[in-house]
Amino acid sequence: MKNNFIYLAILAAGFASCEPEFENEVNAEYTSGDADFTSYVAIGNSLTAGYMDGTVSRVGQTYSFPNLLAQQFALVGGGEFTQPSYAEDVNNLGGLMLGGIPIADRRRVLDATQVNPNGSIGAVEIIAGTSTIEVSNLQATAYNNMGVPGAKSFHLVAPGYGNIAGVALGQSNPYFVRHATSPTATVLGDAMTKNPTFFTNWIGANDVLSYATNGGAQSDGVTAAADHNSTGNMNPATYGGNDITNSGVFASVYSTIINTLISGGAKGVVATVPSVTSIPYFTTVPFAPLSPTALGGATNINALNAQLYGPLDGIFSAYGEPNRVNLLSATSANPILIYDADAIDRSAEITAALTGTLGAPTAAAFGAVFGKARQTTAADLVVLPASSVIGTPNTSSPSTLININGVSYPMANKWVLTANEKLKVANATASYNAAIVSIADANDLAVADMNAILGQLVSGLRIETGQVYTANYFSGSATEGTVLFSLDGVHPNARGYAVIANEVLKVINRYYNANLPLHNPSYFPGINIVGSN
Amino acid sequence: MRKLLSLTLLALAGSTAFAGGYRVSIQGQKQLAMGHTGVAVVNSAEVAFFNPAGMAYLDKKFNLSVGGNGLFANTKFQNSQYNWEAETKNVGTPFSVYATYRLNDWFTAGLAVYTPYGSSVEWDQDWQGAHLVNNIDLAAIFVQPSISIRVGEHFSVGGGPIFASGSVNFNRNVAINPLLSVDGSGTDVTLDAKGITAFGYTAGFMFNPTDKLRIGMNYRSEIIMEARDGDANFNDVPDFASTSPTLQNTTFNADLPLPAELTVGMSYQVTDKWMLAFDYNRAMWGVYEALTVDFLNADGSIRNTSNNPRNYKNASTYRVGTQYKANDKFTFRAGWYFDESPVQDGYFAPETPRNDSMGYTGGLTYQVNSKLGIDFSFLYLHFDETDNSYNYYQENGNTLPFGGTYKSSVFSPGIGITYGF
Repeated sequence: MKNNFIYLAILAAGFASCEPEFENEVNAEYTSGDADFTSYVAIGNSLTAGYMDGTVSRVGQTYSFPNLLAQQFALVGGGEFTQPSYAEDVNNLGGLMLGGIPIADRRRVLDATQVNPNGSIGAVEIIAGTSTIEVSNLQATAYNNMGVPGAKSFHLVAPGYGNIAGVALGQSNPYFVRHATSPTATVLGDAMTKNPTFFTNWIGANDVLSYATNGGAQSDGVTAAADHNSTGNMNPATYGGNDITNSGVFASVYSTIINTLISGGAKGVVATVPSVTSIPYFTTVPFAPLSPTALGGATNINALNAQLYGPLDGIFSAYGEPNRVNLLSATSANPILIYDADAIDRSAEITAALTGTLGAPTAAAFGAVFGKARQTTAADLVVLPASSVIGTPNTSSPSTLININGVSYPMANKWVLTANEKLKVANATASYNAAIVSIADANDLAVADMNAILGQLVSGLRIETGQVYTANYFSGSATEGTVLFSLDGVHPNARGYAVIANEVLKVINRYYNANLPLHNPSYFPGINIVGSN
Repeated sequence: MRKLLSLTLLALAGSTAFAGGYRVSIQGQKQLAMGHTGVAVVNSAEVAFFNPAGMAYLDKKFNLSVGGNGLFANTKFQNSQYNWEAETKNVGTPFSVYATYRLNDWFTAGLAVYTPYGSSVEWDQDWQGAHLVNNIDLAAIFVQPSISIRVGEHFSVGGGPIFASGSVNFNRNVAINPLLSVDGSGTDVTLDAKGITAFGYTAGFMFNPTDKLRIGMNYRSEIIMEARDGDANFNDVPDFASTSPTLQNTTFNADLPLPAELTVGMSYQVTDKWMLAFDYNRAMWGVYEALTVDFLNADGSIRNTSNNPRNYKNASTYRVGTQYKANDKFTFRAGWYFDESPVQDGYFAPETPRNDSMGYTGGLTYQVNSKLGIDFSFLYLHFDETDNSYNYYQENGNTLPFGGTYKSSVFSPGIGITYGF
């Protein structure tokens, strides 16, 4: 009897410890393949830094695509992956301060207490509070994530890009200033101190993006920015901030960057420049946003047609441009009136035509205001921030009779990327990407074709889980789960960075015979909503 | 995309789950040791559960069997596409009490109290499958007064009403989307209903054409556990959603079916000492089409409904058992069964992570004296690992499958006493 109990006890213990075991553990087949992730360094711009909702914040940075990659690399021998410190962003507000003065916005959030004009809940606002990220707290440290928001290709090799003395002058970059190892350090030089065995390089978007997001205008918002593929200017030191980089310059700099990165035998992935004009920043505001109601109904529309649109249409038509301006419709949505730097200047003709009725001074003022005006067409892209400007009074108008933005006063250059400007962006992007692919091929590097992948978002990108994502801007809770872009309309949200990381992982798996797990984007946050702001 | 999968295990405390779905086949020490056969076995008062008709053939006037098990159920989950791992370890204590009393040559009365259904699964809160289940504890106790009537030498019928009492506590996150979370804790809902009662019945017959052969059949009816006005409480609701109508604490109604089960079987006394038994169970799981939870308004009208397709299929279990009476003191038993899961591919949810299993059982009785015996049993349930998924979860109009590889194991030692005179 006693023995029986002992046997039973042994039996019980034996079975109780009989844990379920998988034939193959979850990580059994993970491998780095031909790649070596001992020291992974990421080079790039805001897309590499984890920029979202208009800033880099402490939490947002943790979702940078290189950080998401590094989490998977760590499963197959990847070393420590460091990112610039945002520990001082204790309240996760983002933004930047220089000497206690704000120099960059805090992050954007959706305020659940605010109702949009269309009745939906949640208006996009800058989060309340004061940024605690002080640029002058110099970290002087090289990190594995060398993504610098705002950087263009040639900035990565420009000494002084991290010199604090240049921030106020617009000659250096406050993000790089925070961690540059010295005032004369270059981004690429600091990156190389990490002795990369593997790298990602996603640079080039800003070489066209700042031109596009500024509607082809310089920082004054009015003067046309230059396309150096047209000017032939090969000296980036003379470029304005919103200019399009010459593609020869781009190819040369890109080559330098790659040759430097691989100088120690590193392998890596380069990413193409996405077609920036498919992002929500350009596709959210329609070219014809003015409903008859928004224009104040038929009475107002008739008055506008009689006093402004009719005369303008008459003058432009007389000079061979019958569709440059058309009468406003009282039944369907209308395009907005814009200033087009590329339009034929009809100020003299307008002045002449109106002098008889308005008197010379007023006619001259009209000529100046409307000389390069036209209505938008379907080929134009109205930028996202314009949505809060259209229909509001313009303080620089010479008369309160013609002071409504987009209605009775042309929207400034920066609010619209015109068809002409769009073409310049597209041509430059194509040239850059050709250079990227050719340099990658020459050096046996993998290419993540982000341009093609993000391009699929326009029609809907279906990922592994069956989930379909689109390039739409946030438009309410019903579609929140499909939104990949953050509230700045340019940069992905955390979920979007997970999708990007997956695409890079798939390229690595394919090109370097690796087997790395993916991230499931459904589990990543999209839009940030606050109960009150 | 590779298939997903699911799941895991369950357990007890008057609640446990296996034998497919949330059925827990541990209703007696002697019969469990024989592969949980028993519809045509007359061994002890346990027959009050397996086939009340058999109570009439018990040798003793009064029979009592009391027993309980420790049920240790572990399930592991992994998904190598996303490097996910999770585990649930649960302990349950199914028990049973059976008594019979022979009033005269043709009429025997009995009472059975047992725990045939239950499920206890506890994953880590906010694990990757949290939108399907964080934890569930489902328990049901059946109380079944029975009678057995002999009709002649070779035949008897028996049955009785079943009074079922149950409770359920279920928690899951309301979304995968981390938008609905507070400081990393996903917004979740706890459904809690206690004191759910329902009635059913059992009925069967036993036929003994020879001294050595017994044939039995038993049917236990479907019982629908109707939870009414249970508590639905939402936790970790972010500020911005605090006024959302569908996230307000309220009450709920839901029905959980405990399926009908038909058993046929036979036993054969090969020698005076050696017996063989075979049972076939058919559980009518097809009734479990969906777990539908109606969240109610204060006036009792439906506020919103959560519909979770289950689409179970009817499932069979094949059992074989044997008993060898070595001497007056010791009787040894062993058994095996194959248990078909009612869960169909694509409906494999981590709340009842059941695929097909094979049960290995054994046990013995030590007869202290002519009246009192002590019973020991053990059960080991083997599950092959399975790649499966639940493909019917929807969030904001998008269907988001969840799955991976699941591997379960269940071990249950038990002890009981048999008393009779």
